[in-house]
Amino acid sequence: MKVSYFPGCTLKTKAKELDAYARKCAEVLGVTLEEIEDWQCCGGVFSTSRDEVATKLSSVRALKAANDKEQPLVTVCSACHNVIKQTNHQVQTDAEFADKVNRYMAPEAPYSGETAVYHYLEMLRDLVGFDKIKEKVVNPQTGKKIAAYYGCLLLRPNKVMQMDDPENPSIIEDFIRAIGAQPVIYASRNECCGGYVTMESPELAKKKSNAVTGNAAAAGAEMMVTACPLCRYNLVKNGSEIPVVYFTELLAEALGVKEDTNA
Amino acid sequence: MHNKNQYLQEELLRTSGVNPKKCMRCGKCSATCPAYDEMEYHPHQFVNMVESGDIEPLLNSKSLYRCLSCFACIDRCPRGVEPAKLVEAVRLAAIRKQGANHLKADDVPAMLDDDIPQQALVSAFRKYAK
Amino acid sequence: MQRIGVFVCWCGSNIAGTVDVQAVSDALKNEPGVVFSTNYQYMCSQAGQNMIKDAVAEHKLTGIVVCSCSPRMHEATFRKTAAAAGINPYMVEIANIREQCSWVHKDMVTGTEKAIILGKAAVAKVNLNTPLTPGESPVTKRALVIGGGIAGIQTALDIADAGFPVDIVEKKPTIGGKMAQLDKTFPTLDCAACILTPKMVDVAQNDKIRIFSYSEVTDVKGFVGNFDVTIKKHARYVKEDICTGCGACTEKCPMKKVPNEFNLGMDNRSAIYIPFAQAVPKVATIDPNYCNMLKNGKCGVCSKVCAAGAIDYKQQDEFIEEKYGAIVVATGFNPISMDKFDEFAYNQSKDVITSLEFERLTNAAGPTAGKLLRPSDLKHPHTIVFVQCVGSRCDACAEKGKEYCSKICCMYTAKHAMLTRDKYPDTDVYVFYIDVRTPGKNFDEFYRRAVEEYGVHYIKGMVGKVTPEGDKLKVQASDLLANKQLHIDADLVVLAAAIEPDKSARPLATMLTASMDTNDFFTEAHPKLRPVESPTAGVFLSGACQGPKDIPETVSQAGAAASKVIGLLAKDKLTGNPCVASSNELMCNGCSTCERVCPYGAITYENKEFRMPDRTTAIRRIAVVNPAVCQGCGCCTVACPSGAMDLRGFANSQIIAEVDAICK
Repeated sequence: MKVSYFPGCTLKTKAKELDAYARKCAEVLGVTLEEIEDWQCCGGVFSTSRDEVATKLSSVRALKAANDKEQPLVTVCSACHNVIKQTNHQVQTDAEFADKVNRYMAPEAPYSGETAVYHYLEMLRDLVGFDKIKEKVVNPQTGKKIAAYYGCLLLRPNKVMQMDDPENPSIIEDFIRAIGAQPVIYASRNECCGGYVTMESPELAKKKSNAVTGNAAAAGAEMMVTACPLCRYNLVKNGSEIPVVYFTELLAEALGVKEDTNA
Repeated sequence: MHNKNQYLQEELLRTSGVNPKKCMRCGKCSATCPAYDEMEYHPHQFVNMVESGDIEPLLNSKSLYRCLSCFACIDRCPRGVEPAKLVEAVRLAAIRKQGANHLKADDVPAMLDDDIPQQALVSAFRKYAK
Repeated sequence: MQRIGVFVCWCGSNIAGTVDVQAVSDALKNEPGVVFSTNYQYMCSQAGQNMIKDAVAEHKLTGIVVCSCSPRMHEATFRKTAAAAGINPYMVEIANIREQCSWVHKDMVTGTEKAIILGKAAVAKVNLNTPLTPGESPVTKRALVIGGGIAGIQTALDIADAGFPVDIVEKKPTIGGKMAQLDKTFPTLDCAACILTPKMVDVAQNDKIRIFSYSEVTDVKGFVGNFDVTIKKHARYVKEDICTGCGACTEKCPMKKVPNEFNLGMDNRSAIYIPFAQAVPKVATIDPNYCNMLKNGKCGVCSKVCAAGAIDYKQQDEFIEEKYGAIVVATGFNPISMDKFDEFAYNQSKDVITSLEFERLTNAAGPTAGKLLRPSDLKHPHTIVFVQCVGSRCDACAEKGKEYCSKICCMYTAKHAMLTRDKYPDTDVYVFYIDVRTPGKNFDEFYRRAVEEYGVHYIKGMVGKVTPEGDKLKVQASDLLANKQLHIDADLVVLAAAIEPDKSARPLATMLTASMDTNDFFTEAHPKLRPVESPTAGVFLSGACQGPKDIPETVSQAGAAASKVIGLLAKDKLTGNPCVASSNELMCNGCSTCERVCPYGAITYENKEFRMPDRTTAIRRIAVVNPAVCQGCGCCTVACPSGAMDLRGFANSQIIAEVDAICK
């Protein structure tokens, strides 16, 4: 199976390992990630304002590139996923916006939201299947008590993201089970880490991050997994008492390819 | 009731797509807001104040830059009002004015450390500057 | 040719103020068939009616047109007048020149012009009217009540009290419904069991009432006065007539790990069980999903300990067919699932409960014997947070919540809060509300007492998130009046879950051809004036199946439904509405379109032998309308592709004649 892949800026810089493990694991699972040529930064945040057009063009270009190859578009970073999926939804539902972006880009054929956007986790669930992952696990993470950290961007707004129940999600927990570990459910798994406000108000980010990691630790978690580099930064920087790792790293470990990965 | 901000109000409602009349004043948005303590005006007040045309205090408030865009208020609002979209619209109305950028490039180096992901930088620029 | 009399009413100045009534009666004088035309101040008065009677005699009238108010108002009056004068009542037509003319027009010229046109249309129709005679059908003097909660119980008792036999069909093993699960009832705080169980006993002892418990209605045929109903009695593997309800079997049953639905799963019961001590009928039931004997043939303990010999592992489901004259729906409500509201952590913590679960926790017969102990560690909670409107008044979340107000939550929450403070004064009680809605006798006083005398903290605002951590529930909420975000470490969180109609209501509505709204509440025939009748004749509504209701309201409505049933059953024969559909069998092509669109199930098909022009015979499939079931809605006449279906009194030719008269 071949899919278009949008790594995003952070996966090329501060979160190289998130990217490297994702690619290696995809190989093992029989998925070819074809990196989109000349992709541009998604901008990190989606503007819900209907008159913001130019800032969304990079996402539309990526979506269009995947559509030209008739492939689904896969993302790993939660932020990229949120921005691209929301942009795609706006193209689908807001005719005025779709018209404007098409006029900007002047493509041969207009883009109207045809591309299916998958987060890597959704790819594992819906395209690969957690059962198949279970079969491929050579190094089951038995006994590890792992807290899934969704943050905000994967789940919300639910009307658009449609990944899972936004208040009672299970996709990462199912992933954790698939690699043989034990998921720890805790209420703060879908609460905000402080996000980009960490730039201006590190105190706010500290408060939010500590609430999340504290809640996970109190629930008995020994480790947290996330898909978002900014979440991981906030949680780790603000002194999480338990390690926070990217889900792709754990997957690589379970699939027995962690050492082979040039992360 | 006379509303001196009618033009701005209509613009905010149009670009945000929010209908504040759907609000039933339950306050769940503010109950769920993770940035509440750092905001002088809270999500339910954005809805209320834009509806009544009392927009200037919002334009000048640091609350605009404390909203985490976590969308919790959007998903948990029982009436589908989506307050975060209104916060975003007011924030854009503020920073789109000439010279009104909240974040300036010169301020950035002091905010950095070795680990901060690029994502935080670009997000902050998108949210704070034009 | 008809001989038509036209009678134009002034209705005081109601019509005459904007319609030149003299001009109208003059203009209509020249219409085809009209032999007499006049106007009068109040046509509906005795003098006016006499004027009509005299004219009928004098001018040998065969048809009457009254230009007056809406036919809703006085059509029946003038039909009676006609009958008294010796004319078939269906030879009367009303031209509505008040609601649809004089009241909506401001000037005399347009008002008069329109009144004349409406009058002409009525005249055109009467020219084609034919005398109609309503049919009659007998009434089976027995009522069926579906649902054995307080609504069904009260309805059945009232019908039986009037001397008519009633059957109650209840899908659970006992009657009693939600009220049996409640602790106290607002606003007088009487114990629910103390006021309900005597009624349950009355039902059991009433020789006019039969209870089909653990049963459901599986088929309904027929029509008002003559319903044929099939009731499925589920096998309970216990002979109902022999079981004494001694409970020996439930004690000895080795399978004791079955979630007890009566206590909402907060404790366990045995596989053979009696739901609660005052159950009616007090008979054991074996749960086939958990009974080892039924599952794999190994056990048989209950059979050994049953002194009466009532256990019957071979019992089969039984189907009972019975005739009824009237059917009352009393299927009740349930709290909605809290699965989609996990910001309140219902699925994450045992100490986040619904209000109905709270009822069981405070009930002396509940899992904690009435001591308020939180489910996780059975410790006394010192801080309790009640959250109102969970899933009610939800516009954005149609897939998880309800748009309507559930109506009962404000009051039962005030009750819970008050009783908690009364019994456990060391407990802090918070109620988060959006609005406190207390319109009912002594309701607001009750709520104020919770605040003023019992010191319950009422906070205007909603809870946004509940985070279980350690042995606390961290509640994050709005205090809108203080403009603050509150953080409360609670021991117990109680969610006032929205209520919804029971899931059995939708398929039942289909069987009954009774209409429902988008929320699956049964629709009334008229929201104000016929609130306990369904639009389907002979089907009545009792309790929360029609909309959220508290107990006093439910009981009043139950009595009202019963009186409607009694009124129906007291009749020996029912007079039908003659304006029903009928099919011209020579034109019918047997396509079934009319059968599919009929909302009342009034149309069936039969094979009939026809003589063909060449003197052979042929069997053709044709539509047959049951005039007792048909409500005259006319859907079939529109749907019929061959034009075979027509409505008596509103024939296509009559409608077209009216339109022609208007457009001329």
